[in-house]
Amino acid sequence: MTVLVGRRPDRKGFGVKRVLYSPKVAPYVFVLPFVLTLAIFWVSPLIKSGIMSGQKILPGQVDNIGLANFERILGDRIFYLALGNSVKYMIYTLLLLIPIPLLLAVLINSKLGSDRFKGLFKSILFIPALTSVVVAGVIFRLIFSESDSALMNQVIGIFGAEPIKWLKNGTTGFLALLTVASWRWTGVNILYFLAGLQAIPNDYYEAASLDGASSWQKFWHVTVPSIKPTIVFVLTISVYGGLAMFMESFMLWAGNNSPQNIGLTIVGYLYRQGIEKNDLGYASAVGVVLLVLVLAINIPQLIATGTFKKEER
Amino acid sequence: MAQASLKTRPAGAGGAAGPRREVTAEGRAARRRTRTATWVMVALFAALGLVVLVPFWAIFVATFQDGNMIVRYGLNLGIDLSQASFDNYVMLFTDSGSYFRWFLNSTAVTVVQVVLTLAVSSFVAYGFAMYEFRFKNSLFVCVLLLMSVPFEMLMLPLYIQINDMHLQDTYLAVILPFLAHAVTIMFFRQYLRGIPKEIVEAGRIDGVTEYGIFFRLVLPIAKPAFAAMAILNAMASWNNFLWPLLALRSPQNYTLPIGLNTLLTPYGNNYELLIVGSFFSMIPIFVLFLAFQKFFIEGMTAGAVKG
Repeated sequence: MTVLVGRRPDRKGFGVKRVLYSPKVAPYVFVLPFVLTLAIFWVSPLIKSGIMSGQKILPGQVDNIGLANFERILGDRIFYLALGNSVKYMIYTLLLLIPIPLLLAVLINSKLGSDRFKGLFKSILFIPALTSVVVAGVIFRLIFSESDSALMNQVIGIFGAEPIKWLKNGTTGFLALLTVASWRWTGVNILYFLAGLQAIPNDYYEAASLDGASSWQKFWHVTVPSIKPTIVFVLTISVYGGLAMFMESFMLWAGNNSPQNIGLTIVGYLYRQGIEKNDLGYASAVGVVLLVLVLAINIPQLIATGTFKKEER
Repeated sequence: MAQASLKTRPAGAGGAAGPRREVTAEGRAARRRTRTATWVMVALFAALGLVVLVPFWAIFVATFQDGNMIVRYGLNLGIDLSQASFDNYVMLFTDSGSYFRWFLNSTAVTVVQVVLTLAVSSFVAYGFAMYEFRFKNSLFVCVLLLMSVPFEMLMLPLYIQINDMHLQDTYLAVILPFLAHAVTIMFFRQYLRGIPKEIVEAGRIDGVTEYGIFFRLVLPIAKPAFAAMAILNAMASWNNFLWPLLALRSPQNYTLPIGLNTLLTPYGNNYELLIVGSFFSMIPIFVLFLAFQKFFIEGMTAGAVKG
């Protein structure tokens, strides 16, 4: 790259070099790596995948079958099951990973307690986010093991409950998934909310105090409206994260096959059809449906929050 | 104890130090409430903090036990000292097998990926931050979309493309698609926009080329941004699982997460390596975290909308 760092831009030299160094062309050179990446690794594969979604692909033979793959999705019970699991997971993670971290962040940001203690708490809650999903999966798979000496069974044993086969039953399996999600992401969401909270000017609270507002009123009428952008941001990433969840389930059940598909998500289904069964035509159709689903949430959200406009400044 | 290091008015501190104020019954009640609230919060935080650390303790004590027993009977907090030994660690460091191969692969991939991603993404971000040009807005919308659409939704087309390009089972396939990395581009763009345009103008007047301005004048100022992004990308690369799982095939090419995952089969015969290897794989990131906590937090919250 040092070759580019020429010192004599005004010198009349090679035509190509002169063009590359002109301030009119330079921006295109700067963004070129992104344009190439976009074209080669994202846009062209997507187009290819769009074409494949209308095909039946067998080794050495490709037939165009129109919309048959999409019709197959409409009648595919397992697809609906997977979609249901993903939506359910998303909703539960929203319920767990927005109010609780927000409340904890408000407590950390309050005047109660010492900053040092609260800083330590913040760091400790963040630590699980450092682990890979593989390590987290191994740990929690073994904590939720069905043996009666496994940690979760010991815990419920304290309350006199019989050992449970956690990962063989839909409800308890989901509980395990949600435990992993809460463990890994609570600390990160606290950090997001704290960043928002610390940006609120103190005057707002003082003004509210003068008006005789209670702590609860301050929270609803000052804090929440002020950090709305942060809440929307966390909401958005949680919606995507929830809908796209796959690895946690893959690790918890040591593969993509859980009993009666209790842990199967839409991405897991995509993986099963595309990678495991190598049915690329049908898998591409599933992928197209998922992408449309995500963009249907994504684009209105980006417009509503003014992301497009703000960046055009 | 808690009040001593408070930056703001210590609401519950003893009155001696502060200016004299009338002690009303109401004030005393408020102070008592604050103190109770503080204790409730401290208790809550202490309990939550312990619960969060429990899984780490569980795998830590398990590294001294027989791996097959752990996989059969699950993790718990106890440690059977009569059975405990350092055998697993000895095996980890002396075993000629796969673990250190994977560890080295992961290290190499992480280092190369971080260096190249930072170089390419900051270069691209500079274009977005400092220039006006045609298609800028549409291209930028692509960055935003790529940033917000989950990779899981795009993995299959990318997988097919890598196979068509005959890049399967290479590190090129693992690294190349993510060098112009949307999140990193966004972060650098945000940072570079804060750099005064006068620097650029002054550079032009002095006859420095457009690229010279970037490399020699702007990059040195942007060091803190590089630190935050280096940390974030290093963690992401070290822990990356899904894409390497699709891109890599042969065991000698595996990175750590992929290798560990293969040990988690129901009929595995290397559970010692799974337990101690999982635990040990966390250590490099933990060390980075202890050393550069500030940058972790900066990098993590970079994506959040500023209030």
